[in-house]
Amino acid sequence: MSTPPTTGHGDISTGVAGGDSNASATRITPGNALRPEDIALEVRTGLAKPSADAAEYALRLGDDALILAQRLGHWISRAPELEEDIALGNIALDQLGHARSFLTYAGAGMPKEDGTPQSEDDLAYFRREHEFRSVQLFEQPNGDFAATIARQFVVSYYQYELYRRLTESTDATLAAIAAKAVKEVDYHRDHSTQWVLRLAGGTEESRKRMIHGLRTMWPYVAELFRDDELTERLAQAGAAVAPSSLKEDFDRLTGEVLAEAELEVPDVPAAPGGGRGGKHSEHLGYLLAEMQVLAREHPGASW
Amino acid sequence: MAAQNLQSVPAEPTGQAPASAATTEADAAGQAHFDRVIAEDSRIEPKDWMPAAYRKTLLRQISQHAHSEIIGMQPEANWITRAPSLKRKSILMAKVQDEAGHGLYLYSAAETLGQTRDKMMDDLIAGKARYSSIFNYPALSWADMGAIGWLVDGAAICNQVPLCRASYGPYGRAMVRICKEESFHQRQGFEILLELSNGTEAQKQMAQDAVNRWYAPALMMFGPPDDDSPNSKQSMAWNIKRFSNDELRSRFVGMMVEQVKVLGLTLPDDQVRYNEDTKKWEHGPLDWHEFQEVLAGRGPCNAQRLERRREAHDDGAWVREAAAAYAAKQLNKQKEYAA
Repeated sequence: MSTPPTTGHGDISTGVAGGDSNASATRITPGNALRPEDIALEVRTGLAKPSADAAEYALRLGDDALILAQRLGHWISRAPELEEDIALGNIALDQLGHARSFLTYAGAGMPKEDGTPQSEDDLAYFRREHEFRSVQLFEQPNGDFAATIARQFVVSYYQYELYRRLTESTDATLAAIAAKAVKEVDYHRDHSTQWVLRLAGGTEESRKRMIHGLRTMWPYVAELFRDDELTERLAQAGAAVAPSSLKEDFDRLTGEVLAEAELEVPDVPAAPGGGRGGKHSEHLGYLLAEMQVLAREHPGASW
Repeated sequence: MAAQNLQSVPAEPTGQAPASAATTEADAAGQAHFDRVIAEDSRIEPKDWMPAAYRKTLLRQISQHAHSEIIGMQPEANWITRAPSLKRKSILMAKVQDEAGHGLYLYSAAETLGQTRDKMMDDLIAGKARYSSIFNYPALSWADMGAIGWLVDGAAICNQVPLCRASYGPYGRAMVRICKEESFHQRQGFEILLELSNGTEAQKQMAQDAVNRWYAPALMMFGPPDDDSPNSKQSMAWNIKRFSNDELRSRFVGMMVEQVKVLGLTLPDDQVRYNEDTKKWEHGPLDWHEFQEVLAGRGPCNAQRLERRREAHDDGAWVREAAAAYAAKQLNKQKEYAA
């Protein structure tokens, strides 16, 4: 698919209108925000119907965002400053919002035995570990604040490049979700950049931790940019973004920040990854056990 | 979330401080202005003269309210990672985040009285400052997210709406925003319980169990009975507090009695009745011994809540130091550049 120029978010049009009635009063959400409920409605009325490939792709992006939201949610009430309880909470909420939209759309292309779409909750709570399609970076443990920031730094630059391009998708729903997400991820990018600079340039201790955090996360960076048959087919059709096409901008932009912070790109071997095919690290099982426990105690219940 | 009827309003004879302080002419003029503002039911602002005891009472009340917001994040944060649907997870995260926001406004309001946030935080962690006792009870099931929203936030609203008219400007204004968000939270709590009550038998039982556990502690959020609340009188004279503890408690019971019917649940109190003579709602006896025990630090979660706050604070120390060091370096760079 074509690559629009990097011009921030001024040129991105939102696909679907509608207010965000779930937003909290402390939270600032861009206007005309697309809600998961809007997508669910489109799915029910047949307006949004993903191809099998698009559904699988939406599942990947939804799982990434869901797993990250689950990780970040743990910080709320444990952050180094109240301002960070709020900031990390905001980022978690944004990611959860994106996850809900992508998963709702994915579920429309993965019907249950009776032919009805799977809901976001069917997918989040009732799949097993090997059925998750997130890449391994997202499930990496929070570690200390520097490790969380390192993960955020990689994720936010990756997601920004991805969503920026996905706004041009031939799949209108994917484009609409990306149009909302890219504005929010732009803020996440700013947040992580500021902290990388602060921690690298703060005290000896914080610099040491920042370097360690980046080294901990970097083995999982390569997996983000790996193409496979699915992304090749979808990219060919203009519906998705080839992961490999994001790498150049990602390397350049993260490289600029690291240079400003007087940090080096970590020289660590890449892990084999495999999350897109259901291969996960040891960490995901615990995360899912906690996330799914209550829903699974009451199968079929509504909340 | 949060409660304000925090029981450590000063024990000293608060009303008398100004008399001894008003030895200079400026103090006399200040006192006259203060008295006029209070008599007119108007607002005191940070730069206005105010009696030392008024400042002290407010500082304690506002900082304790702020601490309650911050500690109050914990019982609900306990369910963020286990919320049973993604929508509920999202709403809960936003709610706990709102509480951090409330803490921030309130610490800022308290700072206008001459205390730093760092000092207030240190006092909290050192166990020197109080927060609402209600947060020393555990959130044991998902239904507690409903009961906390409905009962605890509901009681907080009854307490807080009159505080929007508190005589101290920054406090009153902070409360306006907080109350808007609290009523949102209460509706969310009600909705959680309603959904559970209309769900499976196990869900309904979970909801009733949560209401049973949170009802009495929520009623005690209004503070001890009026006969046993010596400081309320001064706070009312200063237009900080507008209604007595028992008055607010009675109103709250009246609201809950109607709402619990809609929920299809019951209150664990067979003595709730409307007294035609006093025109007030009455309730069964409350265990004030338990209240005092929790207040004295011997509640189910006192140690856990403080330890968790201390841990977050200590673990974050290097981050705050780094941010301060970085800011100082940036400032130096700017100065060098300017020179």
